[in-house]
Amino acid sequence: MSVKVVVVDDHGMFRRGVMAELAASGAGVVDVVGEAEDVDTAVSTIASAAPDVVLLDVHLPGGGGVEVMRRGAPGADTRYLALSVSDAAEDVIGTIRGGARGYVTKTITGPELVDAITRVSEGDAVFSPRLAGFVLDAFAGSIDVADVDEDLDRLTEREREVMRLIARGYSYKEVAKELFISIKTVETHMSSVLRKLQLSSRHELTRWASDRRLL
Amino acid sequence: MRSTPTAPAGTPAPPAAAPTGAAQPGAAQPGAPAAAPTAGAAPGPRRAYRDLDGQIVGGVASGLAAHLAVPVLWVRIAFIVSAVLGGAGIAFYAGLWVFLPAGSQFESAAPGIESATRGGRRPGRIRRLGDIGPVMALGALGIGLVFAAESVFGQGALIWPIAIGVAGVALLWRQADEAQRERWLDATGRVDPARVVLGDGGWASYCRIAAGLGLMVTALVLLALRGGSWSLARDVTIAVILGIGGIAIVVGPWIYRLTTELADERSERVRTQERADVAAHLHDSVLQTLALIQKSPADAVRLARAQERDLRSWLFDGDTTNDTTIAGALRAMAAEVEDHWGVMVDVVAVGDCDLTETLRPAVAAAREAVTNAAKHAGVPRVDVYAEVTAGAVDVFVRDRGAGFDPDATPEDRMGVRGSIIDRMQRHGGTAEIRSAPGDGTEVRLHLARDKEEA
Repeated sequence: MSVKVVVVDDHGMFRRGVMAELAASGAGVVDVVGEAEDVDTAVSTIASAAPDVVLLDVHLPGGGGVEVMRRGAPGADTRYLALSVSDAAEDVIGTIRGGARGYVTKTITGPELVDAITRVSEGDAVFSPRLAGFVLDAFAGSIDVADVDEDLDRLTEREREVMRLIARGYSYKEVAKELFISIKTVETHMSSVLRKLQLSSRHELTRWASDRRLL
Repeated sequence: MRSTPTAPAGTPAPPAAAPTGAAQPGAAQPGAPAAAPTAGAAPGPRRAYRDLDGQIVGGVASGLAAHLAVPVLWVRIAFIVSAVLGGAGIAFYAGLWVFLPAGSQFESAAPGIESATRGGRRPGRIRRLGDIGPVMALGALGIGLVFAAESVFGQGALIWPIAIGVAGVALLWRQADEAQRERWLDATGRVDPARVVLGDGGWASYCRIAAGLGLMVTALVLLALRGGSWSLARDVTIAVILGIGGIAIVVGPWIYRLTTELADERSERVRTQERADVAAHLHDSVLQTLALIQKSPADAVRLARAQERDLRSWLFDGDTTNDTTIAGALRAMAAEVEDHWGVMVDVVAVGDCDLTETLRPAVAAAREAVTNAAKHAGVPRVDVYAEVTAGAVDVFVRDRGAGFDPDATPEDRMGVRGSIIDRMQRHGGTAEIRSAPGDGTEVRLHLARDKEEA
């Protein structure tokens, strides 16, 4: 069963390119079911097409990709993968905090993109070395991520180790081999890093947990 | 005439600036060096600005503190003392509020980010309710001042109506002030009357306007009531409101036209300048590159990569490539190797510090490692990760290429041994090389930082 994808980008040419690339390298794995060019069309397309993964441009008319995630079907099982030409720290961290499960830049190759999409669709987080660097920086306080709660602010030593290896350019598999843990554990660490980034207060943590019936 | 504008002096200075404090060094902290928001590098006379980042009421005190290079607390105390002693402080504050231009409202981000923000393609600024404390302190102080004035001048003097009226005007003024010039413009750059009044909108501005109008009407009613009966008060109030409305109808369109023309002219000028800047940059970069590609198509990938790196750093900023910090030096090194060997070198740096003499060997060794990877690994991509902590600098250079057996390397091969391992050891660091044929190579460099620079 292939992964249903919606491509959101305000540049039509780039959209065509991505869709052609996905058709070429992701045939049978990835299935583009819709496209959109701004926040409004994206929200309606996502609502009607119910994709598994949304490839989301960060800079988007109508308030940016974050706005799409804010308004996009709550409760639906749609995951967002940011695909942007910008790799400014504020964009990356802001998008991840907005709810994206990963962030890749537009220079990514077709096969890598397909791999990222399948990984996101399975619930994992996709961290590029650069993104991992930003995350480490953000938690170290070098980047000003406003109002991060003190307690959530700390990555565990293990999570930090995993992030370091990712930042050094290791793949998930290599990280697992290096630390003598399973790939599944690596993915768990990544997810919890993501969770810590997205939530800014105990209050939100509670809501997050109850949304997922963990409380 | 004791009213809100004095009040900034009353609250202890910095907390109001806390939400932005970490990002903006400067006026908010007492004793901070005089970092005038925009005056920094600009030529010409130093000008004073209101500091909209460290503001409690109008940002006059913190702006003045930055301009005069004195702690903001002193300025605030001076204002409140002179306000209590005869009210000169209030007049001075109000005057400066009106006449000082707002500083740092033109935050300059990288062009790409700014353009995306202007076009509404990025999420807007998130406003937080961090300022309730100062507002309550202001309110308490204002009421206290009114009571103090009553005890001095006697009960029921003109104080209450005037105080309420002034508070109303101040609220309305603050609203108009928050809706500063460029925020009046809607997405297409035209002046939007609704935005002139409401600023970014939201319940806060509606509340402020309603409260301001309400306070002024209350003041009118109270003032009129002093003259006699309710009916007289009502008549006077209605007459005054009608008068104000009439003036607004007469003068409003004229002011509107004036601001529109002003904004048009201004944005046209800004646009022209920006267009010139962008044109110059495109000429220096993209156009030259395209010309080169047409001459030698073989170099297309290398040129495109260099151009992308350049344009990316111009558009989205953040990454400096000058040699003054270690991250900048590593990026500059990566850029050179990229250009020379045609591989992609991705630098991720966490933390940063000045590049001192003791740290130079790490950069040099990293350069050697990256060059080796580019030459021998046979892959198009090398990852460089640098982490700067308080005590040490770690640099990792990794590729997924051919790899080699470090133990089997002949003694006379100087590249790895001399340029990396020995160099690091000479300078008190360590270098470790992990590689296996077919499994890629990772070079790990570790160098302790000097204690005094840490």
